[in-house]
Amino acid sequence: MATVAVRAESERKKKSMLWDYLTTVDHKKIAHLYFWTGLFYFLLGGLEALLMRTQLAFPLNTFLTGKSYNEVLTMHGTTMIFLVAMPLLFALMNAVVPLMIGARDLAFPYVNALSYWLYFFGALVMHIGFLTGNVPQGGWTGYMPLSLPEYSGFGMSYYAMGLQLSGLGTLLTGINFVATIVNMRAPGMTYMRMPLFVWTTLIASILIMFAFPPLTAGLFLMIYDQLFGGQVFNVAGGGNVILWQHLFWIFGHPEVYIVVLPAFGIFSEVIPVFSRKRLFGYPAMVVATALIAFFGFMVWVHHMFTVGLGPLANGIFAVMTTIIAVPTGIKIFNWIATMWGGKLRMTTAMHWSVGFIFTFVMGGVTGVMMALPPADYQYHDTYFIVAHFHYTLIGGTVFSIFAGAYYWWPKMFGRLLNETLGKIHFWFFFIGFHMTFFIQHFLGLWGMQRRVYTYLPGQGFDLANLVSTIGAYLMAIGVIVFAINIVYTFVKGKPAPADPWDGRTLEWATKAPVPEYNFARLPLIRGIDALWLEKMAGHKEMPVIEDYHDIHMPNSTVLPFLMSLTLAIAALGFIWKEEFNHAFLYMGIGGIVLTLLVMFFRSVIDDEGYHIPKAEIEREEMKGVSV
Amino acid sequence: MKKKRLGRGVIVLLFTFLALTLSACGDPRLTTFSPNGTNAEESLYLIKLSAYIMFAVMAVVFVLLLYVIIRFRAKSDDTSIPKQVEGSTLLEFIWTAIPVIIIIFLAVITINMTFSMAQDHSEDPDAVKLEVIAHQYWWEFRYPELGIVTAQDLYIPKGKKIAATLRGDDVIHSFWVPNLTGKIDTNPGYNRDGTLQNVNRFTFDSKTTGIFLGKCAELCGPSHPLMEFKVIALEPADFEAWVAKMKEPVQVKGQTAVQGEKIFQQNCAACHAVDASDQAKRPGPNLANIGNRLTIAGYLPAETEADMRESLVKWIEEPNRYKPQNEQATVKTVVMPPFKDKLSKEEMNELIDFLLEQKQYDPANFKIGTEVK
Repeated sequence: MATVAVRAESERKKKSMLWDYLTTVDHKKIAHLYFWTGLFYFLLGGLEALLMRTQLAFPLNTFLTGKSYNEVLTMHGTTMIFLVAMPLLFALMNAVVPLMIGARDLAFPYVNALSYWLYFFGALVMHIGFLTGNVPQGGWTGYMPLSLPEYSGFGMSYYAMGLQLSGLGTLLTGINFVATIVNMRAPGMTYMRMPLFVWTTLIASILIMFAFPPLTAGLFLMIYDQLFGGQVFNVAGGGNVILWQHLFWIFGHPEVYIVVLPAFGIFSEVIPVFSRKRLFGYPAMVVATALIAFFGFMVWVHHMFTVGLGPLANGIFAVMTTIIAVPTGIKIFNWIATMWGGKLRMTTAMHWSVGFIFTFVMGGVTGVMMALPPADYQYHDTYFIVAHFHYTLIGGTVFSIFAGAYYWWPKMFGRLLNETLGKIHFWFFFIGFHMTFFIQHFLGLWGMQRRVYTYLPGQGFDLANLVSTIGAYLMAIGVIVFAINIVYTFVKGKPAPADPWDGRTLEWATKAPVPEYNFARLPLIRGIDALWLEKMAGHKEMPVIEDYHDIHMPNSTVLPFLMSLTLAIAALGFIWKEEFNHAFLYMGIGGIVLTLLVMFFRSVIDDEGYHIPKAEIEREEMKGVSV
Repeated sequence: MKKKRLGRGVIVLLFTFLALTLSACGDPRLTTFSPNGTNAEESLYLIKLSAYIMFAVMAVVFVLLLYVIIRFRAKSDDTSIPKQVEGSTLLEFIWTAIPVIIIIFLAVITINMTFSMAQDHSEDPDAVKLEVIAHQYWWEFRYPELGIVTAQDLYIPKGKKIAATLRGDDVIHSFWVPNLTGKIDTNPGYNRDGTLQNVNRFTFDSKTTGIFLGKCAELCGPSHPLMEFKVIALEPADFEAWVAKMKEPVQVKGQTAVQGEKIFQQNCAACHAVDASDQAKRPGPNLANIGNRLTIAGYLPAETEADMRESLVKWIEEPNRYKPQNEQATVKTVVMPPFKDKLSKEEMNELIDFLLEQKQYDPANFKIGTEVK
């Protein structure tokens, strides 16, 4: 083995901030990248939602046309699921999961950077259609044959290529977190001592590993049909349009749990801290998470009850679906039991958590109602469904991201978000949310189908739609308050102490700001809520298992950025060969060749990383005392 | 602080109150809350049953949650440490067992109902056989045993089973008449031997006479929400009269209408038939009885003759404006061309006179719309 260079601080810090972030492999900086990119797309997807609600405020409104509405609709759904929900959760996972298990980084820092850049360029490819005029418009579910160029032009090719790139990144992230959590826990951190957020990250990552391959396969088939003359779904060539629905939903339903299980994990961290009590029924919470994930693979046909698969298929999948209510119910009652008898501090993060239980229960019970096929024949493809999945995805995932942001902001950015602004943010968003979506249950039952760019007057939809639109604007005000809070915090916010909330888990044992090696000496974990145990035992610091020593760090590298960039070039080349000129085929092939070239360099360059010298670490650690 | 706590209680009450009152709103020709068919009644029964159970579940959770956040809120100066409870086997058993019981109860009813609703009446001699073919963006209805082809307005006899087969001609659409029945998709596709693939079969009925609104429920392109249709349920005797009338040829009487017929033959007849017994597969809807249509193009008003005239002019002049097709589609499906510059004003009027005379009967003879709840 080649010797690894020891580089002191003075030799390392020579990079501009831009170059630093382009080349970083540090999980904390990658978390920042995920967070800001995810937030940007959250604002964009929110704007698209406002455009839709504005169009629907009045019957036969002409603010958007049918085509532009379908474009905004498709981009809103795709953006919110793939470019917002998952990346923002990855931001929080990247920021705290290694800290929670006492690791110095993820198992594969290079792959982690690659995951982010694949997501970044995948998102970009998806939006290039706005420049070429072919915007995806077949719905985020990409149903066939509507998503073929024969019916929708080449917009859905940007969707397919963009998802393929960002999906590859997601798959790599899943593998990375599984490897990290299985192999890199600090001594004493047994599986049944892991914080719930680590558990849900592990299980969601396993879900990613099993759920994304069917999507990848489906998207390749879609790309063959759209760009390379395939006939898999093309009716004229004897294709079967139902095949796509199976492939999509075999991925699509587990995807719901990929974004909601980590949300459950976040609330399972926030609620105990602000109740000053340990999580009630920890083993049951772990088992419930695993059960939800397991059953999540056996329910996809409930998205297809009206396809005509017959009563046997519908009946079996209905029962499988209702079973999921049991572990979810266990979780809800365990959270309430955690608060029972505690000392509740109603911080902003806690507001989101209580708001989550209230909202998610409503989304959950409509989920059970929709699992019953004879009832679903009426709900299916109506606003009832729209209401349901916004109750679960906003009430679950988005609330959890806000809770996590307020809770972990000091750990991620070294400052505390303003609590007063936080509560204003919560109340606007919470009231606006229920105003927007509660009424939509009834719109669906009154006969308003989903994905409609307009509706006729005199069918009983007018007032309810206006109410819903006003609610959407209240939510937007809430988000603006959040943006103001972020700016205010960076300009005037107080620097946060290392453990501002009287935390229970290991991430709060790290210094503020967290050094790039996380833990100078690896800690010893003596039970669930490791930090809390030490505090209760009267210790000021976590016990450690080693003396100070040189710490081995990975080198930063620009290769993940280049690898993703070249793949994006290839993707665009293959789309443009059909959309504009066949000569773009060479751009596609060129992109692939360049990708292989970057991969070649990655393989032959011997990168051993470097060591941070022991003396420097000791000096740093003496500056402040943790805990 | 007091105000906020009160606010939460009000929210819970408000939701319950809203839920109960809102179910009474909605258009009676459309809402699932006023079922007129067996399928819709069964669906509503299960919707209500499951909703009541779920209201109870929600009430329990909300009361517990409210109690907890009021009772256990820490005083600002309280830094004491509460008892660290690990869990409780008994409690956790209870909140596992109760949902399991609820789910078993719902599952038994659901499985039963799922099979009973899937009964096939395609061989039942009493059932009216119907073929539904969905197009971008209109509905074709064929009665294979009666030899009638029509579009947009679906006539059925009250109280009889309608055994339908459904398919899509281009993309996937979904057939939905909330008053009568839940949805079923219309899938396009052919097998290798040329037979149809993924054809759906289902049965529905109307227990009353009346006019009900139908919709396409699956995203099918830019004009998806405009793909509406009507179901007209008649007394069985009236339905038989309707069938007989539909087969009788219409004699065009007015002088302008006779001129209009020539214009129709020159400009429209390649795509549209005006004879309900015309079985050929044509790109456009069969226009027999169009003088009695309840809407033009599925949604433009046709209540009075003036309305109808105006709607027809709009539609014939610029069909792509009133039901836009996707101009980015690489294969152009055959769509109706605009006639704005092709027909003079006079010719247009003559054509419409001809179309308005396409009335197989006087609708006043049929009792409809009296029994809608």
